[in-house]
Amino acid sequence: MIQKNIVEIKNLSFGYDNRMLHKDINMVFPRGKVTAIMGGSGCGKTTILRLIGGQIKPKAGQVSVDGKIVHKQDRQGIYELRRKMGMLFQHGALFTDLSVFDNVAFPIREHTKLPESMIRDLVLMKLNAVGLRGAHKLMATELSGGMARRVALARAIALDPDIIMYDEPFAGLDPISMAVICDLIRTLNDALGATSIIVTHDVEEAFSFADYIYFIADGIVAAEGTPKELSKSKLPFVHQFVHGEKDGPVPFHYNAPSYKKDIYESI
Amino acid sequence: MNPIFKILSGLGSQVTSRIWRLGSATRLFLLTLIYSGESFRRIHLTIREIYFTGVMSLIIIIVSAFFVGMVLGLQGYYTLQKYGSSESIGVLVALALLRELGPVITALLFAGRAGTAITAEIGLMKATEQLSAMEMMAVSPIARIIAPRFWAGVISMPILASIFSMVGVMGGYLVAVPIIGVDHGAFWSQMNVNIDFRFDVINGLIKSVVFGIACTIIALYEGFDAPPTAEGVSRATTRTVVTSSLTVLGLDFILTSFMIAH
Repeated sequence: MIQKNIVEIKNLSFGYDNRMLHKDINMVFPRGKVTAIMGGSGCGKTTILRLIGGQIKPKAGQVSVDGKIVHKQDRQGIYELRRKMGMLFQHGALFTDLSVFDNVAFPIREHTKLPESMIRDLVLMKLNAVGLRGAHKLMATELSGGMARRVALARAIALDPDIIMYDEPFAGLDPISMAVICDLIRTLNDALGATSIIVTHDVEEAFSFADYIYFIADGIVAAEGTPKELSKSKLPFVHQFVHGEKDGPVPFHYNAPSYKKDIYESI
Repeated sequence: MNPIFKILSGLGSQVTSRIWRLGSATRLFLLTLIYSGESFRRIHLTIREIYFTGVMSLIIIIVSAFFVGMVLGLQGYYTLQKYGSSESIGVLVALALLRELGPVITALLFAGRAGTAITAEIGLMKATEQLSAMEMMAVSPIARIIAPRFWAGVISMPILASIFSMVGVMGGYLVAVPIIGVDHGAFWSQMNVNIDFRFDVINGLIKSVVFGIACTIIALYEGFDAPPTAEGVSRATTRTVVTSSLTVLGLDFILTSFMIAH
């Protein structure tokens, strides 16, 4: 039976040592939709992608992908699940010793026994989709940040995954590259019939293309809804985040004893 | 905290962390052996690494071997002539190189040239999330990255050590025969008679295979374990040289004692 939600997160808790990063989180990612996970830096957004990919195990609760509980799979099972996923890392994570062409061909060569002529066609198709067919001979180190991100995207979709995960796809990009990636996320999602999960803190971009958005704060889902619902939200955290206010529920100052006490104690 | 208690607990944590690291390096070694199939099925992966670790180390190995051989020739002649046995210079040079200097200096140079390169490369691959990306593509970094480099190191080391000994003997010959004037025939015939293939040549090769395993796995482990920061990678690179050098010298003593006892 095909599940309606390709990824489901149920009562998930995760943390390092004594610090809990996520407390009892529930999320669903319906097939064919673009869902964004938003929140401040260091709130554990990327960790959720790593939990979905099975790179780390939850402390409690579960993540299921295509009906299978990720942390209960053995190595083989996790690798099978990962073959349904494509992930775009924050800085692309291209293999620096390979050319653009070989980077995109990498997953195809590793997982299929296709003849080299067919691999060439596939790679050029994927590169064409991100507009970089002409750059296939360049080395990964010769690319600009935006180009590297697009090549990494071509590599992530090389095996036509069911789920495409994006880890901060807009971080450190100029406005043009940002608009290109923004457009690609939506186009590729719809063209491949995939499901996209995007971790970001760029409000404007996420609101422009996401179907549904989760806000994470203090380890819980602080708010969720469609972009339309959220932009009207009266919740103080969402208001602060969406409007980029310096102070609010998320304080400007890191936890500290009183200023007066700190100053006098040092004397 | 009581200062004595502080010292003891510091010492204890140093010891436990060393043991812990030894354990996780052993685990990496075993995993590498388990995932080695691909390094031989797709032999081009290993050959590419042999080029980077072995072939690229040739220059430093050949030049060092030549100088070491020449110094051995000079020092050996200086001492031997006092006892009137300067014809044995060939044996001295060849024995010193085959039994000790060939495998040991090659391993030390290998740790400095190829070992550091391996650590820095893997550490940076980790820091730039390339290893994570590979994991997410359902490709095991141990099978695809670690194992080919491991076998390349293990295969390269004995070959490099043999080249070192050979070039070293040539260096010794150059000093002893044309420059000092030792008899050409005596140089080679004494060497021919006094070198035992099993006891000298094979034992030297065994040493270099063991050093190859040790140096490569240390370099790989340090890179794999490096914190993903600039400082982390630089410290890991330094540790590769220090740990490899000490391990090689320690192992050399252990191996030599077994071989001589035999």
